[in-house]
Amino acid sequence: MSKAQEWDAERARSRIQELAPLPGALLPILHALQDDFGHIDKAAVPLIADALNLSHAEVHGVITFYHDFRYTPHGKHVLKMCRAESCQAMGCEGVIRHVEDRLGVKLGATTDDQLFTLEPVYCLGNCGLSPAVMLDGKLYGRVSSDVADSLIDNALRHA
Amino acid sequence: MSRKVYIPRDAAAVSVGADAVARAMTQQIASRRLDVTVVRNGSRGMFWLEPLVEVETSAGRIAYGPVSVEALEDLIAAGMFEGKHHALCLGPTEEIPFLKKQQRLTFARCGVIDPISLSDYVSHGGYRGLEKALQHTPETIVEEIVTSGLRGRGGAGFPTGIKWRTVLKTDADQKYIVCNADEGDSGTYADRMIMEGDPFVLIEGMTIAAIAVGATSGYIYLRSEYPHAFRTLRRAIAIGYEKGYLGPDVAGSGKRFELEVRLGAGAYICGEETSLLESLEGKRGQIRFKPPVPAIEGLFGKPTVVNNVISLATVPIILEKGGPYYRDFGMGKSRGTLTIQLAGNVRHGGLVETGFGLTLRKAIYDFGGGTASGRPLRAVQVGGPLGAYFPASLLDTPLDYEAFTERKGMLGHGGVVVFDDTVDLAQQARFAMEFCAVESCGKCTPCRIGSTRGVEVIDKIIANEDRAKNLALLDDLCEVLTDGSLCALGGLISLPVQSAIRHFPEDFDRPAPSPPRPSSGQSQEARWH
Repeated sequence: MSKAQEWDAERARSRIQELAPLPGALLPILHALQDDFGHIDKAAVPLIADALNLSHAEVHGVITFYHDFRYTPHGKHVLKMCRAESCQAMGCEGVIRHVEDRLGVKLGATTDDQLFTLEPVYCLGNCGLSPAVMLDGKLYGRVSSDVADSLIDNALRHA
Repeated sequence: MSRKVYIPRDAAAVSVGADAVARAMTQQIASRRLDVTVVRNGSRGMFWLEPLVEVETSAGRIAYGPVSVEALEDLIAAGMFEGKHHALCLGPTEEIPFLKKQQRLTFARCGVIDPISLSDYVSHGGYRGLEKALQHTPETIVEEIVTSGLRGRGGAGFPTGIKWRTVLKTDADQKYIVCNADEGDSGTYADRMIMEGDPFVLIEGMTIAAIAVGATSGYIYLRSEYPHAFRTLRRAIAIGYEKGYLGPDVAGSGKRFELEVRLGAGAYICGEETSLLESLEGKRGQIRFKPPVPAIEGLFGKPTVVNNVISLATVPIILEKGGPYYRDFGMGKSRGTLTIQLAGNVRHGGLVETGFGLTLRKAIYDFGGGTASGRPLRAVQVGGPLGAYFPASLLDTPLDYEAFTERKGMLGHGGVVVFDDTVDLAQQARFAMEFCAVESCGKCTPCRIGSTRGVEVIDKIIANEDRAKNLALLDDLCEVLTDGSLCALGGLISLPVQSAIRHFPEDFDRPAPSPPRPSSGQSQEARWH
């Protein structure tokens, strides 16, 4: 479950300062900001650029290159569904369609009530127990449509 | 003395309930006032038996599995702590045929020890390789690795010792050891298992590499999809520093080695070594031209050893037992052991470490027990998303780098994904191009644009529009991708596509489906906004 806090420029600045001395500090900084705030606020770009002596474009370019980083908040729960070959061999496409139908959004989108973000992922390293999904950072294996339903039900109960 | 019961902490075991079983077990032990300690070990790699619970008895470790929370009370009542019989009892763990038939060198301790106990590691032979390495000169460490015949286990199969020799011979004020833990290929999980099940063996391997080439700093570049491995590595590294195996004076040798784990951010391309280095430097993970090779100009422009997790985790046993010992396993030019990962539609999914040369058939049937669905096997993809699809008629191919190359395939990181007869190879070929479009770093035009065009052309073939013409066009496109891309993503994506067409032409010769099946994947537009 997301434990993100509201954007706070002072807090962001101190996180950036703390990590800036690391060699190749940009990815650790972006991860830290996203962990703290749930997404990377656009206002962070000039702060990072100043701290690392980069252009705004360079920071923006890195944020948009990587699938993990996002400028907008995701839903309260993030369900990553593997659609790589091993999970395909065990019918993940059917489970994905089932979840898309139930939540009314496609992979890559967030439900209108902001409760769930569905994300495609290409391998969670659980290929001996396909199909695999990750819900709020927790890994699940052998996920049938029924198992997916119970994971969603359970998340909703604790919503 | 307190008895021990082992319940894995491995992410795969946890994905089917190992944490809940461990919690329930702890409660049962407390309420029954038993003198039993729960140890969270790594996984033995028999995933169909997870959660696999082992009990230490005078007759060795006895296994039970798959164990559910509901079955626990019954198991304890039946006398599981004395190793007594129960319907879920599998007998002595080491006697389970899937394990007994293996030759575990790199994975010798995985699933046996508590992964974050340094004393467990040392009492099971850990740090003997480093001890030997410290009696060598840098040159003789490198020669030991060259002698062993170890080749890069990440997929490229380049001789590890030769890479090290280049770094050793290149003068520089700073050198680096980088572990490529961006295990992105579908069907592979050996890196994850060893990082979660025996992290010190990777740390020891990197330390030996550092001493061999004269590096004082190292990074493990770990994919962000592996949060469990991240936590385990962080703890193990902290313990390594605390106990003097990392830092300014490694094991009292006077040699410095600093180690840090860094997280990737969900880009498949960062498993390519030059993209990985760019990413570690804090840039977009776009690949670099080679030459210069990373061994000469790598991280921050300095000589860098970039090796896969399994390559580095195999270094300690080579140093401990000697290059010739390791070289005597395997076949042809593929020396030592391969960690085969059985995945997809397979009954007994799991990790099989054995000398190179086992046939694909033996791996899938003798170890894997055939398909999970019970339907006939139709295709096998070996080597991840850039590996070829093989039909059942090629199952007697030995698992060996050269044997796969000869058959226009790729052994890669040793992932074996099994498909039954419901698979549609035209859809698999389409997926390969789609994956390439999503994950291309964008540097080479054939890969960046050709992959999207590839999806469109395959869609036309499936829809039976000018089929012969479009098949010829696809062939041409594959050639452009292969010859016009700098790295393995664009360079090898033709393998799954063309092998699907070559071995399964009937799937590209069906009447057009109606209506066309919508893709469940998001569009490119959706991804970038």
